[in-house]
Amino acid sequence: MTPILQLKGITKQFPGVLANDHIDLTLNKGEILALLGENGAGKTTLMNILYGLYQPDEGEILIEGKQLIVDSPTDAIKAGIGMVHQHFMLIPVFTVTENVMLGDETIKYGDFLDRQRAADRIIEISETYNLAVDPNDYIRDLPVGVQQRVEIIKLLFREAEILIFDEPTAVLTPQEADELFSIMRSLAEQGKSIIFITHKLREVLAIADRIMVIRRGAMVGETTPEEADKNSLAAMMVGRAVDLEVDKTDKEPGELILSIKDLVVADKFQNIVVDNVSLDVHAGEIVGVAGVQGNGQTEFVEAVTGLRKSAEGTITLLGEDVTKATPRQITEMGSAHVPEDRQIDGLVLPFPVAENLVLCTYYKEPFSKGVILQYKTILNHAEQLIEDFDIRTPSPLTPVSSLSGGNQQKVIIARELSRPIQLLVASQPTRGLDVGSIEYIHKRIVQKRDEGSAVLLISPELDEIMELSDRIVVMYRGKIIANLPNKGVTKEQVGLLMAGVTPEEALSEDQAKITEPAN
Amino acid sequence: MDQDIQNKPEKNPDQPEEVLKDQEKHKGNFWSKISIPLLAIVTGLLIGAILIAATSPAVYDAFGESFWSGIKTAFSEIFISYKALFTGSIGDPVRIFNAIASGEKQAIYEAINPFLESLVQATPYIFAGLAVALGFRAGLFNIGVEGQLFIGAACATFVGYAVKGLPWIIHMPLAFIAGGLGGALWGFIAGFLKAKTGAHEVINTIMLNWIAFRLTEWLLSGPMTRPGSGGMPISPIIEESAQIPQFFPSPVRFHLGFFIALAFAWLIWWILFKTKWGLNMRTVGTNPRAAKYAGLNVNTTTMIGMALSGALAGLAGSIQILAVNRSMALGLSSGYGFDSIALALIGNNHPLGVVLSSILFGTLRNGATRMMVVSKIPIDIVSVIQAIILMFVAAPAIIRALYRLRKPKQEETTVFVSGWGGGQ
Repeated sequence: MTPILQLKGITKQFPGVLANDHIDLTLNKGEILALLGENGAGKTTLMNILYGLYQPDEGEILIEGKQLIVDSPTDAIKAGIGMVHQHFMLIPVFTVTENVMLGDETIKYGDFLDRQRAADRIIEISETYNLAVDPNDYIRDLPVGVQQRVEIIKLLFREAEILIFDEPTAVLTPQEADELFSIMRSLAEQGKSIIFITHKLREVLAIADRIMVIRRGAMVGETTPEEADKNSLAAMMVGRAVDLEVDKTDKEPGELILSIKDLVVADKFQNIVVDNVSLDVHAGEIVGVAGVQGNGQTEFVEAVTGLRKSAEGTITLLGEDVTKATPRQITEMGSAHVPEDRQIDGLVLPFPVAENLVLCTYYKEPFSKGVILQYKTILNHAEQLIEDFDIRTPSPLTPVSSLSGGNQQKVIIARELSRPIQLLVASQPTRGLDVGSIEYIHKRIVQKRDEGSAVLLISPELDEIMELSDRIVVMYRGKIIANLPNKGVTKEQVGLLMAGVTPEEALSEDQAKITEPAN
Repeated sequence: MDQDIQNKPEKNPDQPEEVLKDQEKHKGNFWSKISIPLLAIVTGLLIGAILIAATSPAVYDAFGESFWSGIKTAFSEIFISYKALFTGSIGDPVRIFNAIASGEKQAIYEAINPFLESLVQATPYIFAGLAVALGFRAGLFNIGVEGQLFIGAACATFVGYAVKGLPWIIHMPLAFIAGGLGGALWGFIAGFLKAKTGAHEVINTIMLNWIAFRLTEWLLSGPMTRPGSGGMPISPIIEESAQIPQFFPSPVRFHLGFFIALAFAWLIWWILFKTKWGLNMRTVGTNPRAAKYAGLNVNTTTMIGMALSGALAGLAGSIQILAVNRSMALGLSSGYGFDSIALALIGNNHPLGVVLSSILFGTLRNGATRMMVVSKIPIDIVSVIQAIILMFVAAPAIIRALYRLRKPKQEETTVFVSGWGGGQ
């Protein structure tokens, strides 16, 4: 049988980077092919070539054995190729039907939209492939998981035969991800062919029929979930053996470092987004705040680090009330903050690495004397940290914007962890990073905890929370609905809590008992 | 555990190559920075040449006779005009040579006067350009330089004529600084409104411009009017002790202010890039959220930045009054404040760049006057040619597209958008 899709010798050169180096890929009908690789390995470039956004320098694309020239996404769609983007391309104030029709309108009487006919087809599609949606709902009212289904329906509506999923689980809860996997399964069973782009090993093993691994633009291996395991896949991705398990010894928590009482925080629209949260973090302990993105974690962190005023409640750091303190006062008391969005909050992108490494301390000796910045000291300091934290940069004077995401994050980690600190607030410290960098950053965080710092870790990545935390706190709709030691809790249980299931239902009786009273 | 961290991952084998490429790119930067303004000037002059030929009646007459005579006239018109532009702004080499040969001092001064006059023209541009550049660095789009300049000039004028009996060494700096303070106040108002209410500085400064224009008009025809001026809006002449000295006898106007301007350009460079105040401002200007995260007070920095920018604009007014005009009239500025936005952008918001672009501007302006006199090209066409050159310089994208140059690697630049979009 001819494979539905073949890529032969696809090569794409960007200035200074060989993004794709003679990549061959075959996709059979009804198959789920996982394309695994670190960020920047060239997965997305390859898919963008297939989708007509880039032209390859060399190589050809064959659909059912026939050569296809893809000059634009329109060509790709015509050829039956559809892509579910990581960031949805939906219009919030339109209904499901309107969004699905957009660009491929069903028409009656010349130029009028035929919503009814389109809606009927949507219902038909959703029944065939098990994609429950109501065509009349507005997108803005739908949960993220359902929005993603609308994206899939959009492709099926255009009769796509090959579906590309670009990191589709990044925005989903573990349960939603499982639902997505069962949808993908049923699509494949009905003869659709799927390419699934990801860097998450667990997902690849759970869903793929075949796995292809890309490293630095080249296809480095092909395997199946039966033959592979997490460690072998990680090694293929990174090019060396990776230690996925974080070495962590048990440690008795020490004195109380950070104490939050009845904290209430409002967002810029004056909605209460952090609702009556109380939490203690002790020295030598990692408290992991789990929760799907957008449940108040961002505002919670901003309040704790002084970036946002809290409406009610108190925050006590090392015995001092810091509820109304400025970010600089909190920093100077020995608190470090790895912000959620490194490019927006954590770095001044056009500035050189050296200046970014002193972003929170440049005003003090030895980095300035009087008002004059001591660039020599700043450069020496930068060289030291570049060495210590293995930051890959051509020079300390390179603008930080030209570093890779992982190295940008290392700049922040280096800056924050190289100071003597008592509290580390790390918000999504490994967001969008590759396996190698994640491993490194996790070790650094655990090292800080072992040195006796209190660590408040906020992450929507359940694996990260489960691996690093001594205590797990689940945040749901602004409230902390569970606070339990990381012993004997399963990923599934925490996943249920993240989805809003009450502790009584999600946990066994014994576990519920040791859970501190939720507020 | 510790052992593990010390064990660094093997070096990426691609790394050295990437590093090399990067360094090469950095090397190439200087040429790419210079090549664009140069190509812009050449392109501007070429288009200007077509305009000169196309708008000259003589060329049309000549074409009436024969095609070749038309072409010949066109080229001679262009030649005459550009020769005038050159001799008017740099000087006539023959005349300079003859003057030096004759050894007569005054003759030499007058021969090199076109060049010196270009520097005189450039002086207020340097201050005004620095004002805008500093604003951009601090994330502020100060469109109110013109108004701040007027207020500064009025303050300098007032101190210049109303305070009497001081020695030069005190009076001149006092009047000069008074202008700076006036401009600083005007800038601070806009900064204060932005920091406290979030009102965008573009709107504030535009409105403050109008207040400044009408306020100085009232001052000049009322409280500050020259006795016996018969209601003309003009101020008294400033005391001699307040004047910034000119180096050479009239008509050469070259004055100390040019060097003061250079000193200020250095000072602003030093503040921006060598002190923590400058780093504060640049951080707030480039990424206010990261600035807040780093513990900076964004509002205070905004107010200081706006006041400093206003102060530089006020000094542009000071220098023009104290060194050139010696009294204040309404025609004080011929759009220095607005041209300075283009200057700052051409100069990449770097003080050295501002100085260079100001000298270019001053030269063009000065030469254009001469070109108008000699070649009888209407002033409007002269302005159009000037604008075309500047447009090409200010919009490197056009030049890059025209000559298929590759975009240089992103260096440290200010995000201009934050000036427009309200950085926070």
